[in-house]
Amino acid sequence: MALKRILPVLLLDGRRLVKTVQFKNPAYIGDPLNAIRIFNEKEVDELVLLDISASRVRRAPQFDLIQECASECFMPFSYGGGVSSLDDFARLYKLGVEKVIVNTLCLTHPELVRRSTREFGSSSIVGSVDYRRTLFRHRRVFSSSGAVTGRGLLDHCRFLAEDVGVGELLLNSVDRDGTWQGYDVATIREIAEAVPVPLVACGGAGSVADLQEVLRETDANAAALGSMAVYQKKGQGVLISFPARHHVIPEEIEA
Amino acid sequence: MGNVASVANMLRHIRADEAIITRDPDVIRGADRVILPGVGSFQTGMQNLAEFGLIDALTDAAFVRRVPILGICLGMQLLTRSSEEGQLPGLGWLDALTVRFQFEQDTGLKIPHMGWSYVRPSRANVLLADGERERFYFVHAYHVICANKKDVIGVANYGFEFACAVNRDNVFGVQFHPEKSHRYGMSLLRKFASL
Repeated sequence: MALKRILPVLLLDGRRLVKTVQFKNPAYIGDPLNAIRIFNEKEVDELVLLDISASRVRRAPQFDLIQECASECFMPFSYGGGVSSLDDFARLYKLGVEKVIVNTLCLTHPELVRRSTREFGSSSIVGSVDYRRTLFRHRRVFSSSGAVTGRGLLDHCRFLAEDVGVGELLLNSVDRDGTWQGYDVATIREIAEAVPVPLVACGGAGSVADLQEVLRETDANAAALGSMAVYQKKGQGVLISFPARHHVIPEEIEA
Repeated sequence: MGNVASVANMLRHIRADEAIITRDPDVIRGADRVILPGVGSFQTGMQNLAEFGLIDALTDAAFVRRVPILGICLGMQLLTRSSEEGQLPGLGWLDALTVRFQFEQDTGLKIPHMGWSYVRPSRANVLLADGERERFYFVHAYHVICANKKDVIGVANYGFEFACAVNRDNVFGVQFHPEKSHRYGMSLLRKFASL
């Protein structure tokens, strides 16, 4: 019964923090280290840093920057982006990353992810799944690196949790990314009930009520926020901010 | 876990500037406080302490010079007599055993226990805040059972209540990661640094 979590997801493009809308149009937010220092003050439950261009341009993780971030992070730190070998995992843990997040690698080399769960422990590895709806409203696994899978969304999530053995899933709705219109609660509920590992819900958070809905009304273990954590309001300027835990879950739901 | 670097980072942040990362027994013989962070398994932990000649230096610090010593995570488990995670005996400074979490099939509880949990002080002590509900970050598959209830200063709940903070005289141990528990961890390390 670890507590439910509320966490910011920060996107790295080069060495700058950005925020996207439906995975497009990255807008400059600021310097990652400054942001992390502020999130320390806000006492967020965990910090997720995703390098959104690493896999797309087949670049390795920026280990020096990640190390600087880890050393400023007085909460659990999860990193994803460009991880492509067992050596990458080992280096990231050594730098102080608690959990390594893999997305493209789950599509291109699931056997390597499986080996990493054996070597480093499944609780240190998060499988990330991005999905979008097609014209006919089918949900399809999406990869910004262009990798593909024949599996549907639910099958892919189950495959990662049950077969590959990741310890957690980060489920991200591309359609909702940066839109502030609320989480895709129906999908989150369905997947969270179907997989045997904790699920982090991501994509669409726009208000405290959205966070409450996903934490109270689904089995998701964590609510992730992007835009809400880095903008004042929709369409307004950059402001690193974060809702206080006791405002979101005064009753402290335990998961 | 890169928790050695993380512990050092937080110590620097709270201005315990003289903190040194070392495996040199002579440095430990000169230290006025010692933190024993845990990396890896119980078996390799004890192997490493023996290999680098640290057991005598640590025992000297704990029982001859009697300086404050804090074991973190595996470091707390190393204070016990033995662990289900290895054949080598532990330091045995506490009359305690380290055992693996075990649950009935249908509890839905995963091993390791990973995430934030509230910690309740179980008796007056110098590390945990009195009265405030403090939460800490945990990652562990094994937990400590103390023969002497008075050695337990804090408990958390994961399927059942388990000892997550211990203290006997100048020896302290915490199962959670203060270095990853922002304000609560800083407060704990600050208190330890000023003992």
